[in-house]
Amino acid sequence: MSSLWLPILMAVPVLGAIVVALLPKGSDKLAKQVTLLVSLVVLALTLVMAFQFTGAPGDRFKFAATYDWIPSFGVHFGVGVDGIALVLIALSAVLVPIVVLASWHDASGVKAADGTVVAPKRSVKTYFSLLLVLEAMMIGVFAATDIFLFYVFFEAMLIPMYFMIGSYGGAQRSYAAVKFLLYSLFGGLLMLVAVIGLYVVAGKGTFMFPELVGAIQDPVTQKWLFAGFFIAFAIKAPLWPVHTWLPDAAAQAPAGAAVLLVGVLDKVGTYGMLRFCLELFPDAAKAFTMPIIVLAVISIIYGAIVAIGQTDMKRLIAYTSISHFGFIVMGVFAMSQVAQEGAALYMVNHGFATGALFLAAGFLIARRGSPHIADYGGAQKVTPLLAGFFLVAGLAGLSLPGLSSFVSEFMVMIGTYSSPAFGSGALTVAAIVSALAVILAAVYILWMVQRTLNGPTAEPVKAFKDLNAREVWVLAPLVALIIGFGFFPKPLLDVITPAVTSTLSNVQVDNPAIAEKGAGQ
Amino acid sequence: MNNVIEAPTIEYGTLAPLLLVFAAAVVGVLVEAFAPRYLRRSIQVPLTLLSLVGAFALVLVTVVGGGVPTEPVAMGALAVDGPALFIWGVILVLSIVCVLLINDEGHFVASAASVPGSADEEEAERAGSAHTEVYPLALFAVGGMLMFPAANDLLTMFVGLEVMSLPLYLLCGLARRRRLLSQEASLKYFLLGAFSSAFFLYGIAMLYGYAGTVSLAGIGQAMTTGAALDPLLLIGFALAGVGLLFKIGAAPFQAWKPDVYQGAPTPITALMASGTLVAAVGALLRVFWVALGNLDWNWRPVIWVIAALTMIVGAVLAITQTDIKRMLAYSSIAHAGFLLVGVMATYSAAEGNAVSLQAILFYLLVYGITTVGAFAVVTLVRDPGGEANHLSRWAGLGKRSPILAGVFAFFLLAFAGIPLTSGFFGKYAVFTAALGSASEAGDSLGGWMTGLVVVGVIASAIAAFFYVRVIVLMFFSEPAADGPAIAIPSAGTVAVIAVSLLVTVGVGLYPEPVLDLAQQAASGLFVR
Repeated sequence: MSSLWLPILMAVPVLGAIVVALLPKGSDKLAKQVTLLVSLVVLALTLVMAFQFTGAPGDRFKFAATYDWIPSFGVHFGVGVDGIALVLIALSAVLVPIVVLASWHDASGVKAADGTVVAPKRSVKTYFSLLLVLEAMMIGVFAATDIFLFYVFFEAMLIPMYFMIGSYGGAQRSYAAVKFLLYSLFGGLLMLVAVIGLYVVAGKGTFMFPELVGAIQDPVTQKWLFAGFFIAFAIKAPLWPVHTWLPDAAAQAPAGAAVLLVGVLDKVGTYGMLRFCLELFPDAAKAFTMPIIVLAVISIIYGAIVAIGQTDMKRLIAYTSISHFGFIVMGVFAMSQVAQEGAALYMVNHGFATGALFLAAGFLIARRGSPHIADYGGAQKVTPLLAGFFLVAGLAGLSLPGLSSFVSEFMVMIGTYSSPAFGSGALTVAAIVSALAVILAAVYILWMVQRTLNGPTAEPVKAFKDLNAREVWVLAPLVALIIGFGFFPKPLLDVITPAVTSTLSNVQVDNPAIAEKGAGQ
Repeated sequence: MNNVIEAPTIEYGTLAPLLLVFAAAVVGVLVEAFAPRYLRRSIQVPLTLLSLVGAFALVLVTVVGGGVPTEPVAMGALAVDGPALFIWGVILVLSIVCVLLINDEGHFVASAASVPGSADEEEAERAGSAHTEVYPLALFAVGGMLMFPAANDLLTMFVGLEVMSLPLYLLCGLARRRRLLSQEASLKYFLLGAFSSAFFLYGIAMLYGYAGTVSLAGIGQAMTTGAALDPLLLIGFALAGVGLLFKIGAAPFQAWKPDVYQGAPTPITALMASGTLVAAVGALLRVFWVALGNLDWNWRPVIWVIAALTMIVGAVLAITQTDIKRMLAYSSIAHAGFLLVGVMATYSAAEGNAVSLQAILFYLLVYGITTVGAFAVVTLVRDPGGEANHLSRWAGLGKRSPILAGVFAFFLLAFAGIPLTSGFFGKYAVFTAALGSASEAGDSLGGWMTGLVVVGVIASAIAAFFYVRVIVLMFFSEPAADGPAIAIPSAGTVAVIAVSLLVTVGVGLYPEPVLDLAQQAASGLFVR
């Protein structure tokens, strides 16, 4: 039985992108409206699909559809979603219309209150059609059940993002865009070798993920292939020490593109670890757990400390994300149900929280034309609405209880602390060390808030106008989601839980060592 | 003793494409001799195009009619087997496309013999004379390209090599602009080419000394019975290998490529970068797989080093280039390295070899087409003094003419092997074949093949840098105040770019039909 849901979800933005690209010259406004409409249609379709989703047992991947693409290579156009993929697709579908609204004037030339050019005028149509192409690829990469198809989206989605950063970004945009592309491309090429190796060694003549689970038994082969996948995902996520592209890319990208870059594209890395690294190579994943947990803890602490020292708001937010990605990776590799559920939930919540933070910062920057924290001060008195949203988004970034990120961060830490996977107590230590980041998070967020919103009002800030209706529409839904899922995360957890259960069962079925050690505790 | 000399049997039907191209070339020469100057061009262009299209149609007829010979033809001189027919088809398509480019005004000098900048030259230019000899020369070159990979003995192969190369030496020197550079390219190519031909010929002599025959199958046969470590064999293989590797531009025999590609008229560069490479890889495959198949534990380590070196040298040196044509030349060197990875992916079983061959044939097709498209774009970006080849002149092209820059960017992404372009599947197919041979039990190189693929991947990443750099220049840099003009493309050039783009996009989205075709061509391997 083939379901058309996912192919339609991907086709709609592609068609929208073609329509937007073909609009006649001078119809910039129409291009934006069409893009917004298309992204809202995708959101509506995604929501309808999501409400039909049940975690009921049976086929693991719902809404599955498989078509032959390249029979010579054993490649299928295979799509389908489990709970984890579904929430990430929903995250993308929610963020895109918000980003469209937020980027309404980004390509038409942004000028700050004092006339500084924030972004020069560029082709509006190109920006929005790239955005829609990117949306189709974001949905595709999470929906792919064929590993080759996943790889194709994984690499191809770099190109629209590359142009969005390189053509529409800040002063250092071309440096940042090239750095972003080369890092990701290099990781992707290593993954390509591993993908081919998986195909050749498994010898099944297919790239379909469900058939390849458990296909590689030899532990040495597993380790090599695992490394190929993991390095690619670690660069994408990004994990210390291959994180250096992210602050540059996020700081130079227009705020909307930065939201998608950090909120969705980087999640492909953590999603890939959870889906492919663990399930395809369980023995290797187990063997490498400790080094990876160490890297994750370093990322958590390092990202937080470096964030404190940043003078540029967007770079600061990027470094906080590196810290948060450390939490997600730790949750993925802690090999316990609670930690992995927390990690999957964190991926979604981080998207909302960081999205809101980037956008609020972006609005602030658009008013002043400078990303430097030192150029602001006392904005709260002039723009109370913007300041309020900024504060809530910031508090979500430091995982205040009652806001959504608290739930996921807490789950990751508690799940890691009590993980039965390793008797040595090493994970307990990791959880305790990572808890330090909670304090550091309070420092980097509250200090930034204090320096930008509080204190005496700086002279240029006095000319600021508060949020207009469009900008409120951008931030309000995100803040509503942050608060809503903070109090009531059950709908998300309901779909995530069965997916995590089957992931863990795939990991442990082939790996009695973990189960034994778990039982022995 | 029987004094009757038996007449050789020639399979005219099978050889028709080859014969047609050569016949048209000869007619072209006669046209040059007898037709009045003002008529020549209008005779030559249709003659050339029609003969190439006709030859392509004949190839199709042979394939569709199921008449793919399973035996060598023309008394064992030529082997028109599946791979050869596929390569013929590719070369003919590429050369048709290149002739459309050649036909564009303004690429060729009015009078090659006159001193650059002299009064003679001005006069010839004013008189509007142009070298229509270009067309028969190109036809001879194409004929040689067809003969080279189909040759079933080393002597025929040598003849094919020379018939292909000699016209190209000449054509390289006919650029209208920057003539000294062009003449330098021509002389360099001629001297180095002659040198490599001598190597090849010497190698043939040695192999003949070893096997007592120049037939490829005969040499392979001799190895099963004779001493495998005979110095004659090893020296012969090494020298013949040098000649062949020179033609594909593998390191350390790559030095001619950037100079020649830069100096030659761009349509001729396109023809060399696509057609010659395809032909030379075909010939290389035939020599190494058919004649030296039993020596593979000897040549594979050597080719391993050369392949790795070629990929790295091509990718690294391309970074430092400031001329678009030189950069594309180094890119072509890197791609020759990727193709060598495929050449090395040999298996003990024929089915495995067919997979490798399929990968190489597919790669040749998609790379050739994209290359021609890229050079066609290069012809359009012009300064008052000719093409604007310096990279700095390309800055901001994306703002001046977004469509052309977009198309070129797409070709560059295809060269870099980004998914959803044809280049990705080419690279993927070759790497898969190589890793497959690595995992085969008892493979003489085993893990080294995996290592080579990793080298290939690293080279791809380095190569991506310089492709991306051009995209950065075109799209993210401000245009120069006196930037180059974009020539209004002729219908032919538009057609060339459109076809290349369609193939690059189409095959990138749905490669199955082309893969099927390559698979059918490769399934029978080379006839012996």
